[in-house]
Amino acid sequence: MKNKYSIFSLIKNAFSNHENWEKAWKDPEPKKEYDAIIVGGGGHGLATAYYLAKKHNMKNIAVVEKGWIGGGNTGRNTTIIRSNYLWDASAGLYDHALKIWEGLSQELNYNIMFSQRGVMNLAHNLQDVRDLKRRTHANRLNGIDAVYLNTEEVKKFCPIINTSQDIRYPVLGGTLQRRAGTARHDAVAWGYARGADEMGVDIIQNCEVKGIKRNGDTVEGIETTKGFIKTKKIGVVAAGHSSVLANMAGLKLPLESKPLQALVSEPVKPIIDTVVMSNAVHAYVSQSDKGELVIGAGTDDYISYSQKGSHDIVEGTLNAILELYPIFSRMRMLRQWGGIVDICPDASPIISKTSVKGLYFNCGWGTGGFKATPGSGDLFAHTIANDEPHKLNAAFNLNRFVSGDLVDEHGAAAVAH
Amino acid sequence: MSKNLRYKSSKLVDETYRISFKFNNKIYYGYKGDTLASALLANDVHLVGRSFKYHRPRGIMTAGSEEPNAIIQLHDNTSRTEPNVRATEIEIYEGLVASSQNCWPSVNFDIGGINNILSPILPAGFYYKTFMWPKSFWEKYEYFIRKSAGLGKSPKEADPDLYEHKYIHCDVLIIGAGISGIMAAKMAAKNGLKTLLVDEKSFLGGSTIYDNSEFSKINNQITSSWLEKEINEISKLENLEIKTRTSVAAFHGYNFLLARENLTDHLPINQRDNKIRHRLLKIRAKKVITATGAIERPLIFDNNDRPGILLSSAVKKYIDLYGVACGENNILFTNNDTAYETAMSLVQKGIKVNAIIDNREVIDSKLSYEVEKNNVRIFKGHTVVDTYGYKRINGLSIMELSKDGQKVIGKKIRLSCDSLGVSGGWTPAVHLFTQSGGKLKFREDDQVFIPNKYPSDQLSIGSCNGDLSLEEITTNTVLSVKKFLNINNIDYKSFEIITGIHKSKRNIWLLPSDKILGKTKSFVDYQNDATAKDIKLALREGFRSIEHVKRYTTTGMGTDQGKLGNMHALGIISETAGTKMGEHGTTTFRPPYTPLTFGTIVGRNVGEFFDIIRRTPIHDWHVANNAKFENVGQWKRAWYYPKENENMHQAVQRESKAARECAGILDASTLGKIDIQGTDASEFLNRIYTNAWSKLDIGKCRYGLMLNEDGMVYDDGVTTRLDENHYIMTTTTGGAANVLGKLEDYLQTEWPELDVYLSSVTDHFATISVCGPHSKKIVSKVIPDLDFSDEKFPHMSFKNTKIGQIKCKVMRISFTGEQSYEINIQSNYGKSVWEKCMEEGKDFNITPYGTETMHLLRAEKGFIIVGQDTDATMTPIDLQMDWIVSKKKYDFIGKRSLYRSDTIKDDRKQLVGLLTENPKEVLEEGAQIVADVKKSPIEMLGHVTSSYYSPNLNKSIALGVVKGGKKMLGQKLIIPMENKNINVTVADPVFLDKEGKRLNAKL
Amino acid sequence: MFLINCPFCGEREQSEFKAGGEAHIERPKQPTELSDDEWAEFLFMRKNIKGVQFERWNHAHGCRKWFNIARDTSNDQIKAVYKMGEKPPVK
Repeated sequence: MKNKYSIFSLIKNAFSNHENWEKAWKDPEPKKEYDAIIVGGGGHGLATAYYLAKKHNMKNIAVVEKGWIGGGNTGRNTTIIRSNYLWDASAGLYDHALKIWEGLSQELNYNIMFSQRGVMNLAHNLQDVRDLKRRTHANRLNGIDAVYLNTEEVKKFCPIINTSQDIRYPVLGGTLQRRAGTARHDAVAWGYARGADEMGVDIIQNCEVKGIKRNGDTVEGIETTKGFIKTKKIGVVAAGHSSVLANMAGLKLPLESKPLQALVSEPVKPIIDTVVMSNAVHAYVSQSDKGELVIGAGTDDYISYSQKGSHDIVEGTLNAILELYPIFSRMRMLRQWGGIVDICPDASPIISKTSVKGLYFNCGWGTGGFKATPGSGDLFAHTIANDEPHKLNAAFNLNRFVSGDLVDEHGAAAVAH
Repeated sequence: MSKNLRYKSSKLVDETYRISFKFNNKIYYGYKGDTLASALLANDVHLVGRSFKYHRPRGIMTAGSEEPNAIIQLHDNTSRTEPNVRATEIEIYEGLVASSQNCWPSVNFDIGGINNILSPILPAGFYYKTFMWPKSFWEKYEYFIRKSAGLGKSPKEADPDLYEHKYIHCDVLIIGAGISGIMAAKMAAKNGLKTLLVDEKSFLGGSTIYDNSEFSKINNQITSSWLEKEINEISKLENLEIKTRTSVAAFHGYNFLLARENLTDHLPINQRDNKIRHRLLKIRAKKVITATGAIERPLIFDNNDRPGILLSSAVKKYIDLYGVACGENNILFTNNDTAYETAMSLVQKGIKVNAIIDNREVIDSKLSYEVEKNNVRIFKGHTVVDTYGYKRINGLSIMELSKDGQKVIGKKIRLSCDSLGVSGGWTPAVHLFTQSGGKLKFREDDQVFIPNKYPSDQLSIGSCNGDLSLEEITTNTVLSVKKFLNINNIDYKSFEIITGIHKSKRNIWLLPSDKILGKTKSFVDYQNDATAKDIKLALREGFRSIEHVKRYTTTGMGTDQGKLGNMHALGIISETAGTKMGEHGTTTFRPPYTPLTFGTIVGRNVGEFFDIIRRTPIHDWHVANNAKFENVGQWKRAWYYPKENENMHQAVQRESKAARECAGILDASTLGKIDIQGTDASEFLNRIYTNAWSKLDIGKCRYGLMLNEDGMVYDDGVTTRLDENHYIMTTTTGGAANVLGKLEDYLQTEWPELDVYLSSVTDHFATISVCGPHSKKIVSKVIPDLDFSDEKFPHMSFKNTKIGQIKCKVMRISFTGEQSYEINIQSNYGKSVWEKCMEEGKDFNITPYGTETMHLLRAEKGFIIVGQDTDATMTPIDLQMDWIVSKKKYDFIGKRSLYRSDTIKDDRKQLVGLLTENPKEVLEEGAQIVADVKKSPIEMLGHVTSSYYSPNLNKSIALGVVKGGKKMLGQKLIIPMENKNINVTVADPVFLDKEGKRLNAKL
Repeated sequence: MFLINCPFCGEREQSEFKAGGEAHIERPKQPTELSDDEWAEFLFMRKNIKGVQFERWNHAHGCRKWFNIARDTSNDQIKAVYKMGEKPPVK
């Protein structure tokens, strides 16, 4: 049993100058064979391993990560968590995740700082109003706490928004999900890693997958920079690199990997206490516990794995930020960065078996995967363990691109694709 | 307490120009040329702020943009306030008001200082381990965490300043006007290259400009004098543009760089109005030369953060450039020779240097002997183990270092001082190089990362390339620039360099102490209070990658982005883990190099310039007639025209009644119009629309529906055949640009064999739609020469005609179900023709109507609006528009997708009409539709897409999509609202005049 | 932001162009004869290559012409630009 984290253990360890804390996770070399291997040590991959071990008693498993855990989109996103999606399938998926978020710090004994400060989505034209109302009604009937706000209510909930009706695209209203909020992204990866490690999962960093070995229609293992590892089940959770992995197995996916950028300002004292998203003028902002304004920009329209986007995108986002928050004009951008997001044609994810036995993909989260981390891991673990999707992820199969039964969430996605 | 530490004859300060400023409500004086930091130091003010986590007193540490500690709030409680401004960067001006941040009630007495006492239980990442109980309390803990975090305060008012962008294209961009940058600029410009030289400071020459001792000479001239002559020479070069106060923020791929030119921040506050504050330079350079110099490293030892502890180079800079001593009893602590230059600068001005503590056991440079001659005691092979003084250093203790540098030995010696200059050697400023994608290599001899592989046409020169001695800088700059620019005309021959210092350095990342590490506070990241023991804790807990350690300890995450501490963090990690430097990564330097004001990035694209506004040629008339407007894409469309006290509902009821009973007039100019010509135009339309086009007669119009390749409705509109090979297509207002793009795509890439030409003519025409039973009479008066009889001009046909001398096109098409004519005329005549229609229609109660009424009228007829009644999941079959999908055509865009297993299902969501049980009750658009409210989970069958109160039918009508709705005609359904359930009946979506009699109705 | 050498206009800022995804995916000549799987392959499945990718770009704010480029998606370096209908340059 690892050290339990608490204020008491902090005090106790203070007496020994914190010399006696255990490793949060080991750094093992890979074994020759595992019952299952998760490719990708981001939040989703680590959560998958955690739930495989915890709920499906699969403990002889490994997570292999090309770089360091949580270093991809988990550590690069703007940490917004919400479940106010339009379609039943999505609402089921994301609210499942949200419910797990609500008890995750305690479950993992790791403070992931889930802060339910609410997420507001703004409407700037009449069609936005219709769409947001449609989504709010659907949310309500799906048991998701969403309410529609008029302009005055928007202003009341977040007083620094410029709700003047004389601006170019005035705020006409918005929706609010109070249970939504943000969490500390690094902590999610680290907390799941620590939890999985404790149950015996091997977390293998700096181990890049170079090939997926198949015998006919069945997987046999993976070639890595640390050698061949045998396994019967491979769960790929490689976000922007999903297609690269799929190509190794001779598959193609309905994905395009694009740059998505974000930025933070210098830290300031509390000025905005909620998360505000605006699809139409394309700006979303929250404030981290450290005091930085966390601002999400959009995707570029071209495929790139360079983790760099174009400056135009950042500029356009800040244009919109200043349109909605003129008081931020003298705030300063401290850091900007990019991630690679894998985008599905319908802006919904894939959590699915494939035509190859033992090969599973969890991908296509586009610009909004972080919020689903615990739910995604849980459902993917179920799918891998049972070779059968859970009812909550059944709709997110690969076959929908053949049948046409898409889950079109462009309206609910944060970033207009 | 206010001593005067100003000494005469400095380089930058104009002692005849005194400036007063306020810091923490107290008035101080400085001189023109001072930075806020130098002016405060001249007044013996060191305590400037409090640190982020422990609220420890902090002073000025550097003299440049790498400053981690001395960050202040400018002009608090005014519209020009700005948080987190580095005191070392701001030039003082009359009216400057600055205050300390992150402290309460004051920087002298800060309640938050309690954190320093609690620090044993606040190690790195402590917050991940606690605040989890009880579960519901996190948000309460968080409230206090948030309050104590943050540094300065966000402005609360809109920004009064202006910003702008400027594009610059040059042959060579040189970043940094130190000695190497100046030399490179001279070489480039003299060889005819269009050159831009930028520097973040207000002056040229970098740090070499105060290299003014007898011990440093180039070709027999004191180095700074030699450089001054060079500066003098380049300032006359024609091809060279020099911009000072210009900081390069980002170096992107393809040599695209962003720089901020600061134009007013140094001006008195009352001289700033109506001036551009910052100009963002967007630079595209054929070649880039980076000459950004090096940043001095601090040293990591216990309590290395007290006010009064500065970088040694900063101490030198303050005395040489500003004539300011950082103290009266100075000590320097170093591992290399450059601190001896600082000592010389001080002793030459008669300022006392008590001692130099030097890590090295052997010191053998001319300058060190010279320093010794001046009665400065040199402690060789020693290290500082502790410092004293809470708000200002007042002393320190030193001990001897063991041979291997891992331990301290012997007795502790205590020395007193009021200023300590530290020098840990120099770190090449490779930030911009790595931002551009450059890869570094580690140089073992002096433990620095230097550029290795250039990702674009660029070069690093001078100390940012690892050339740290004057000799290397001068010689290598000439050689490498010559080769890089491929130039021959070089003034520089050879250099005779005299220098008093050697390169020797004894690098120890974490200096040993007589205390155990756990009891020390050896700061690596000053602003964020990350210490060496935090880094070691992170490693113990299994964090190994530099990125992990950085995130866990927050090292390098402050507003200085780790410019001082990152190297030490890497060093401590590799030492602890026993690995090579660079093996754990080098951390990514992310743009911007120094923080960039949002306003600067945005430039003029704020307020009215946020986005283009498209207005129709008739816009002014709408404004004059009290129209309310709706944003549709970038267009402003007249939404409704309220009269006197009318609300929207009343106006729309009036307008729509008038349109059906008399005449209505609509500005339809925003609809997209695409001119299509070519011998294959008909075939082209066949392929892009779902219906057939080959047989459309010349002069006839046809409605078309366009799908995406996935079978879902994309756009719609009426297309008219003007001639054998000539069509004009209309699109939705919002879809126009995308439709044109899509058509071009197919034409050029899939069907290049088709002879078709497309051009957008949306802006060429004003489109005026006159509808209603009197419409014919009105248009006949407006265009008297045209025969409007039903025989000559039937529904869905078109005529070329003239109004006076002006050609126009008239279509008889209807989106309202009424008899309706659409006049298309050159844009600039739009308003006068509109007015003419109003004039001629006066007797028929012609009523202008806006988009809201248009929506109501078409809903009465069950006409869809793409984007409102459809989302990206509706096929034409779902819309009950099977009639428009040609069965005969072999192919059209999206056809194949209509026959997939899901799209052929007959229980898909389908468009239906909805009538409320209570005819007065108008449904909410977006409301969901269910059959059974008791079912759990509740099953949503669809939603209301359009809903209005129809004054013409005297009841509420709605369109909606319902799962399997086609077969549900007459069935009762429920709209569950928050507070009630509304009963509806599924109806035919055509509510009015199903037979279409009104299109030809005669009055 | 890269620079793209439009084959019709010359070198221009990327912001003038619109990306059109993977190149050389020809629209099937006889869609009705394809299975749902084959149609989905054309419609949605993409190689999404990390490395040199042949892709379509449109000079949207310029000549409006479509053309192809070969670009290394791992570092955004453009290797070649060629017109529609031309064969991709050999890697």
